[in-house]
Amino acid sequence: MTLLKRLILVVALVCAGILAGMYWIGTQEDASAGYGAAAGVPAGADTLLERGRYLAQVGNCAACHTAPGGQPYAGGTAIPTPFGTFHGPNITPDADTGIGRWSADDFWRALHDGKAPGGRLLYPAFPYTEYTQVSRADADALFAFLKSLPPARQASRAHDLRFPYDQRPLLAFWRALYFRPGGPRDAGDAGRPAQWLRGRYLVQGLGHCAACHAPRNALGATRDPERLAGGMIAGLDWYAPPLGGDSATGLGRWSEQDIALLLKTGLSPHSTASGPMAEVVLGSTQHLSDADAQAVAAYLKSLPATAPAPEGRSGPPPAALMEQGRELYTQHCALCHQADGAGSGQAWPPLAGNPTVTAPSPANLARVVLEGGYAPATAANPRPHGMPPFGPALSDNDIAALATYVRNSWGNRAGAVQPLEIKRLRDATRE
Amino acid sequence: MLHRARSGGRYAAFSGPAAGPDLICRFMLASIDFSRIASLVRGAAGCAALFLAACVQVAAAQTPPVMLPETQTPDAQSPDPRTPEALRPGTMEARVAACTGCHGEQGRAGQDGYYPRLAGKPQEYLYHQLLNFRDGRRRYSPMNRLLRGLPDAYLHEIAGYFAGRQVPYPPPAAPGAPAATLEQGRALALLGDPARGLPACAACHGDSLSGLAPAIPGLLGLPRDYIGAQIGGWKNGLRQAAAPDCMAQIADKLTPEDIGALSAWLAAQAVAEPYVPQAAQSSRLPLECGSQARR
Repeated sequence: MTLLKRLILVVALVCAGILAGMYWIGTQEDASAGYGAAAGVPAGADTLLERGRYLAQVGNCAACHTAPGGQPYAGGTAIPTPFGTFHGPNITPDADTGIGRWSADDFWRALHDGKAPGGRLLYPAFPYTEYTQVSRADADALFAFLKSLPPARQASRAHDLRFPYDQRPLLAFWRALYFRPGGPRDAGDAGRPAQWLRGRYLVQGLGHCAACHAPRNALGATRDPERLAGGMIAGLDWYAPPLGGDSATGLGRWSEQDIALLLKTGLSPHSTASGPMAEVVLGSTQHLSDADAQAVAAYLKSLPATAPAPEGRSGPPPAALMEQGRELYTQHCALCHQADGAGSGQAWPPLAGNPTVTAPSPANLARVVLEGGYAPATAANPRPHGMPPFGPALSDNDIAALATYVRNSWGNRAGAVQPLEIKRLRDATRE
Repeated sequence: MLHRARSGGRYAAFSGPAAGPDLICRFMLASIDFSRIASLVRGAAGCAALFLAACVQVAAAQTPPVMLPETQTPDAQSPDPRTPEALRPGTMEARVAACTGCHGEQGRAGQDGYYPRLAGKPQEYLYHQLLNFRDGRRRYSPMNRLLRGLPDAYLHEIAGYFAGRQVPYPPPAAPGAPAATLEQGRALALLGDPARGLPACAACHGDSLSGLAPAIPGLLGLPRDYIGAQIGGWKNGLRQAAAPDCMAQIADKLTPEDIGALSAWLAAQAVAEPYVPQAAQSSRLPLECGSQARR
C-alpha cells in the first residue's frame, strides 16, 4: 500500500511539475522584444498617424473593434466562436473604458506577447498569435493612431464564454502549447526579394490571413498557419479557401495581378469576393497600397499547393440530378452567368473554374445562392452588381441540384451537394 | 466576356516595382544638395522640384496602379451579344437585378403576394428603407444581408431608380373579408378613431392614400399579407423608423382586428392613376415623424 501511495504521490508531483512548467512557459514574455524602445514623439507626427491609420486598415482592427453603426474602434462587435461569443473591446483612448492609460510598452506587450497591462492573459481571438510578428515601429505607429482617436466612453462588454473557456488563467496552458512570441514562423529568408519578405510580413503578421485561411484544431489553434491550407471558419459557417497553389481550389491559376485585383477591388477574372472576404476587402485590403497588394500577391503565389481533403469528390453525380440542376440553372442563373458559365464581364463572375464554386466545401456556393449579395462596394467599384437571394424561392432539393450542376459543369469537377447540407446551412444562418 | 479578357490580358494592370529609377533619383537629389552647398546655381531649388517631378513620373511609369482595366469597366464594356438588353452590365437594370429577382421587373411587385411593389414609391421613403435594412432598424434577413456594406450614395441611386419607374397597377385582388370588416378598415383608414387617439391613415399618407413627399409612401397597390406583416412588424419591433417613430406609436394602438380590417380594405382598393405622392405640405402632421424630417 505504501508503495502504491508513494507511486501516486510521485506521479502527482510530476504532473504538477509539468503543469507548473507549462504555466510558466505560457506566461513568459519575449525578453528580446525591445521593451522601452518606443520611438518617442517622432519628428513627423502626421506621417506617423497616417502610417498608423493605414496599418489599422491592414490589420482590419475595425472589424472586431467597431460595432455596426457604432463609433469607430469603440468596440462592441460580437465574434461568434465554438467557445462562446467574444466582444471586441473599446480601443479608443478613453482613460476608464478604453486604452487611455496604456503606454506604448503596454500596447506592444498586447500585440507581441498577448498580455494586457498587469499581465492579464489575452484570449487569442485577438490574433496576437499573428500580431506577434508586427515590428515595434509599426506597433508604435498603430498606438499613436489609436491615441489620436476621439475617446469613446463605452464600457467593453464582457465575453460570453462557456466553462471552462471562461477561466482566463487556463490560457497559460494554451499558450504553452500554441504560442511563441517573435518573428516569422518559417525560415527560408535567404535570397528572398524584399517584396516577398514584405508580403510575408503582411500576410503572417497584421493581415492575420491565417485566422480564417488556416484550419484550426479542437482548441481553436491554427494548424500549420504558414501553409494557409483553408478550412471552415468556426462560428461563421463560411469556408475560407486554401491560398496555396492548388489549381482547382487554391490560387494555382491566378496571376499575381489577379490576386492584387481581388484584394483592391473585390473583383478578379476568377471570382468575386463574397461573405466574410467581401467584408475584409471592404474594410481592409482595398486600402492596401499597390506595392503592398503586389507584395501580398507575390508571397501567396510562392505558397505550395496544399491538396485539400477530397471531400465531395466521389465520382460524377447522377445524370438525373445534373439534368434537374441544368433546368434550374437555365431558368434562374443563365441570364447573368451565361449558359456556358462564363459570366458577364465584371458584373457577374464566371462559374467555370471559379474557386468559390469548386471549393472542397460547397458551403460558400450554397450560401451565395441562399443569401445572394453584392460585390463589395470598393473605391474601384462603388456601384457593384449583385445577385438576388434564392433562399426564399428555391427548396433545399432545388438548391442542391443547382449547386451540383454548377460544381460539375464546364470543366468543374467538385462533386455532388446533398440537400441535407443546404438545410443545415439554411438553419444555421437563419436569424 | 471573361475568356476574352483573359486571353487578351486586359486584366493585367501592373508590373513589379523597379529599383533602377529609385537609385538614379537618389543620385540626382544628392548632386542637387551638393550644388546648393557650392552656391553654383541660384535656381537650385527649382531644379530640385523639376528633378523630383521627373522622379515621381519615372516611378509612376515603372509601377502602374492596381486597377480595373478601363476597357472592362461595366459602364464602358460592349454588350455581350447573349445578354438581353434589359440586363446589359453597367445599366441600372443590371445593377438592381439583385432586387428585381424578388420584387419583380422594374420593382412592379413579386408574384407571391409578399414582396411589395417598389415602382413609383417616393425616393426618400425607399432610401430610408434601404438604410433601415442595411443598419438593422428593419429586420428581414434576406434584405439585411443583401445590403451589407453598400454605401449611402448607391442606395440613394437605387431608390431613385425604383421611384422613377412608372408601371401600371394591376387591378386589386377580390376582397377576401366580410363587408363589416371592410367597413371597419375603411373607417380607420379615412377617418381614424379619435376616441383612441388614432389619426386616419389619410392624414399622413395623403387624401387619396398615394403618399406624401418626400418620404411617406402610398398605401394602395400592396398585397394584404404585406400590409398586415408591416404593421405587425412595427408592433413587435421588427420594423422601426427614425425617431420619433410615429408608425410605431400608431401600430401600438392597433388591435389584431384593426390590422386585419385595414390590410383587407387597403389591398382591395383600385389604384386611380396618376398615383403619385402628394406634394409636401406646410401643415403639421398629426404626429411628429422622424423619417419625414430625416436627411
